[in-house]
Amino acid sequence: MSSTMTEESERAGKPVPQSEASSAEAPHRVSGGLLDPKLILASLPDAVKKLDPRVMVKNPVMFVVEVGSVVTTVAAIADPSVFAWSITVWLWLTTVFANLAEAVAEGRGKAQADTLRRTKTDTMARRLTDWPRSRAEEEVAGTALRLGDHVVVEAGQIIPGDGDVVEGVASVDESAITGESAPVIRESGGDRSAVTGGTKVLSDRIVVKIASEPGKSFIDRMIALVEGAARQKTPNEIALNILLASLTIVFLVAVVTLQPMATYAGAPQSMIVLVALIVALIPTTIGALLSAIGIAGMDRLVQRNVLAMSGRAVEAAGDVNTLLLDKTGTITLGNRQAAEFRPAEGVGIGDLADAAQLSSLADETPEGRSIVVLAKTEYGLRARAQGELTHATWVPFTAQTRMSGVDLAEADGVHSVRKGAAGSVTNWVTENGGTVGKDVAALVDGISAAGGTPLVVASRTGTAAPRALGVIHLKDVVKEGMRERFDELRRMGIRTVMITGDNPLTARAIAEEAGVDDFLAEATPEDKMALIKKEQAGGKLVAMTGDGTNDAPALAQADVGVAMNTGTMAAKEAGNMVDLDSDPTKLIEIVEIGKQLLITRGALTTFSIANDVAKYFAIIPAMFAAVYPGLDKLNIMQLHSPQSAITSAIIFNALVIVGLIPLALRGVKYRPSDASSLLRRNIGLYGLGGLVVPFVGIKLIDLVVQFVPGLN
Amino acid sequence: MSSTLAGWLQVLALVGALALCYRPLGDYIAHTLTSKKHLRAEQALYKVIGVDADADQRWPVYLRSVLAFSAVSVLFLYTLIRVQQWLPLGLGVEQMPGHQAWNTAISFVANTNWQSYSGEAAMGHLAQMAGLAVQNFVSAAVGIAVVATLIRGFTRNRTDRLGNFWVDLTRVSVRLLLPVSIVFALALVATGVVQNFHGFHEVATLAGDPQSVPGGAVASQEVIKLLGTNGGGFYNANSAHPFENPTGLSNFLEIFLILVIPFALPRAFGRMVGDNRQGYAIVSVMGLFWVASVALLTLAESHHAGSALQSAGGAMEGKEQRFGIAASSLFAASTTLTSTGAVNSFHDSYTAFGGGLTMFNMMLGEIAPGGVGSGLYGMLVLAIVAVFVAGLMVGRTPEYLGKKLGGREMKFASLYILTTPTLVLVGTGVAMALPGERAGMLNSGAHGFSEVLYAFTSGANNNGSAFAGITVNTDWYDTAIGLAMVFGRFLPMVFVLALAGALAQQQPVPATPGTLPTHKPLFVGLLSGVVLIVVGLTYFPALALGPIAEGLS
Repeated sequence: MSSTMTEESERAGKPVPQSEASSAEAPHRVSGGLLDPKLILASLPDAVKKLDPRVMVKNPVMFVVEVGSVVTTVAAIADPSVFAWSITVWLWLTTVFANLAEAVAEGRGKAQADTLRRTKTDTMARRLTDWPRSRAEEEVAGTALRLGDHVVVEAGQIIPGDGDVVEGVASVDESAITGESAPVIRESGGDRSAVTGGTKVLSDRIVVKIASEPGKSFIDRMIALVEGAARQKTPNEIALNILLASLTIVFLVAVVTLQPMATYAGAPQSMIVLVALIVALIPTTIGALLSAIGIAGMDRLVQRNVLAMSGRAVEAAGDVNTLLLDKTGTITLGNRQAAEFRPAEGVGIGDLADAAQLSSLADETPEGRSIVVLAKTEYGLRARAQGELTHATWVPFTAQTRMSGVDLAEADGVHSVRKGAAGSVTNWVTENGGTVGKDVAALVDGISAAGGTPLVVASRTGTAAPRALGVIHLKDVVKEGMRERFDELRRMGIRTVMITGDNPLTARAIAEEAGVDDFLAEATPEDKMALIKKEQAGGKLVAMTGDGTNDAPALAQADVGVAMNTGTMAAKEAGNMVDLDSDPTKLIEIVEIGKQLLITRGALTTFSIANDVAKYFAIIPAMFAAVYPGLDKLNIMQLHSPQSAITSAIIFNALVIVGLIPLALRGVKYRPSDASSLLRRNIGLYGLGGLVVPFVGIKLIDLVVQFVPGLN
Repeated sequence: MSSTLAGWLQVLALVGALALCYRPLGDYIAHTLTSKKHLRAEQALYKVIGVDADADQRWPVYLRSVLAFSAVSVLFLYTLIRVQQWLPLGLGVEQMPGHQAWNTAISFVANTNWQSYSGEAAMGHLAQMAGLAVQNFVSAAVGIAVVATLIRGFTRNRTDRLGNFWVDLTRVSVRLLLPVSIVFALALVATGVVQNFHGFHEVATLAGDPQSVPGGAVASQEVIKLLGTNGGGFYNANSAHPFENPTGLSNFLEIFLILVIPFALPRAFGRMVGDNRQGYAIVSVMGLFWVASVALLTLAESHHAGSALQSAGGAMEGKEQRFGIAASSLFAASTTLTSTGAVNSFHDSYTAFGGGLTMFNMMLGEIAPGGVGSGLYGMLVLAIVAVFVAGLMVGRTPEYLGKKLGGREMKFASLYILTTPTLVLVGTGVAMALPGERAGMLNSGAHGFSEVLYAFTSGANNNGSAFAGITVNTDWYDTAIGLAMVFGRFLPMVFVLALAGALAQQQPVPATPGTLPTHKPLFVGLLSGVVLIVVGLTYFPALALGPIAEGLS
């Protein structure tokens, strides 16, 4: 294995910053924010197709509007007038706009699905017929592969199906799925064995055991997900639909029973007006946008390279009470780093730093490099290149010696410096006739007790007894901004638990520094599982990330289980989301997207219901002011005529759907904060806004509509 | 002292008295509903009716018990009314027609007390005491039993056992309604309310015309008529009759009795769910609507245009000179906001907006504070709707008191809020479509329509008061309003008990800073808004054709 590959494989386990994956390298990604006008036009045919009543009936609110449109069409044909036809046209537009919202949301997914589909080119597979007994192979179509088949893939070939590497190691280009151009390492055994069909092997040769049936591969599932084909209504969507349906029924009853009352009052209403009143009152805004909100929520995850296997998982993410976060890579940087130099008695700190740097030049591990960097930043010691010191003999760091250093041939004899694990360096000192002072031992114990890793630095001149110069304190470095992030989560009511294999002492120190609420030290998969079950027994929802096969049970048990794409197939199967970037920090974003989805639903429901007040003030006087002139006092918007008033209300109703499509797709603005301030903000914005906006909107439309002949 | 000031002092005194009772009475009710011990008298009763008092019921069984008990009650009351003339203490009244007896039986069992008959002319002492007064007790107890079950839905976890209807019914009657009634019956007698077994007295009116007035066990029935938010008067004139409500003091006492249990129940609720702040939030919403309604109604009645009304100091038609505008408006607001339906003045004679307000009060769904038990469960269902919408806006699957509001919960809550408006509007719509039934109206135009709208609003919401002009003792109205009453009472109970069942099965969700707080002023405002908008929007067109059209013309 080449050294670059080692680095690459290290990299695969680490988070890949979002910014690195530029959109040019990720052709299947659709831009997040704004609505593409082209997409609207492209979605129009789909929107019209959705007028099929068999499709519409799934959305009770909009189905009522469609039935109303049919009724007014018939009425307008039977008794044509400008008013009748304007209402009819705008009612049809209302229905189409609602479908358009859904079609646009789906269209964004379809674009992604198409790019994915292109990766599903028909590959030929080299199936091993008698593996592992022999290497005999045959050429078969990729689609002919079955669960448990073994195939061999070499550099330049496309992996024909999902599976696990059972032999060999290779670098694989997964950009077709992740959008990330840097290749990743896949090797047999361990937690990086999963490969995805459609990705390309760049180097070496691997044997893959196929783990999916044809048509059920990861890419197939991705396509189904982003297209919305596998979309089912989520529990909360169902509950909201029930409420909306019942509001629709109430208003239906209110309007149907209004006719005999109106007849008694001497003002029987035309079918057109009654239908207009029903459509104005039922919650069409939210009814029209509800499914688009759900699809867009999944889509926002996809844009962040997270695939949710179900909408239910996205919703659950908003409800999460406890986040289990792996320490390494999520809370701390991947490796421990030198934090300070602690000199022994009688040794200058500059001398210690110099010796430490010198002895670490031959240490290529991240820890070693961090010592060089610390000496440079803290004490201005320039890192000498190894070639600079021609009279030096380098002692590189190895896992066996756990020590690195250098022997310098000076005038007064060989000058040796060593740095390494406390035990190894102590041995080196005593073997060469020296002793490690009590002060150094105390420093070592102190750093250990604080959860850090002590490295001892020792030197020896000529044949004199070596002596310990001091200790380097290595510690986990908490990523920047994590404490603030956790404070934010706490305000949102989410508890964070750090999971680590470290001993409790170390774990506590890091937990305190990072500001997590709790930690699980020396965690085994069983411990993790037990913790999840304990939290869930208390009624809490738990989210976690995982990659290894031994994480699979916990991923399945967690309410939100995010599997890393670098992980094993088993982990990916067990979780209900897959993060293609394999960035465990993303769990926090996932939670926020879940919350944003629910808030968008609530905000638009509130807005929709609050709208009704203004519509009443437009329509009721228009209907009855003729018989009860006093009711004209309710016409506080001073709308021009009964016809213009009703038409304006219906036009507003239709336009507000179009106007809110971008909000539905983007989601309302979400700033993490506690429930009270969120509620205050959203009630102010969407509740009061919903009361006021239609008064203004209807009045403005009326100012235009009043000039239409036949409406004045 | 001006009458306005006197009126407000009376309101203040009332608020003070209710506030004093809030904690002790609420705590006592909570204790009654949760205590493990049975009184000896109760144990004897359980033995007689064959009930295992310690066996809790599942919600369908609880519901069956409620319905069976109520069905038997209707049957018993109907029979008693139909045969009373052959029984002792019959006072020689004539036999009531079948449709009217059916309507009356349903009306009293459904805690509505809509009276399409005239009390003193149609009922003997036995029917009043053994029939109507008994139903006044037990129908009130049924309401409290049902709300107790809903509260248990919140407090109990992962169970399908929600309490025992027979125990709840017995305890509420024996430990709460009876003792309070006895004390206040004596107080009412002290103020001059009659309590005897006299027959008809012939008296001469001021104008010299002869009139025959019966005596009777009035005080004992009066007290539970109000305490149980029933409202069915011993006399046709109800609490405007001097034998039922002789003085200003008795009037004050009666309003107090109407409000005391409904306003104390939120405390029992807070107590039972282990967070008194939840009770304060609910009672705040109730109080807000009550105060606003009293203020607006008084305003409407005392500031009416028209020289005759202004010289009388306000709209005095249909009001007792003894009580005046303020005490009449206070009574009217309280009785229509509580599903009581007792009256000390005639709502039909109120100004257009005043009358419209009494109607709107009922349309709110009798929740502020509402009937005994039914008011609180109605408010809690609306709280669930408010929490659902607001909960979404804080980014979580909505939860109320630790219970998630999912599809099942919203189904029952939605059906609940659907029921009464449908009954009111369909009933009114059909009545307006039938020329014969329209003829029953006393007035023409918008006011005539209001009479019909009021009748169905009152029936479906189990209030029982009326815009008196309309003639309702016809086959059609007795049947139609009877149906509105029975469905308006028992369908919501079905949904409430089913909701309780769904809630009790859940595992509670712990509260976090991310949970929507339901005890803060913001939520009080939100819930008030939901009540106003959900109700206001439903009835706005109908109201526009009735009181609003009349008031704005």
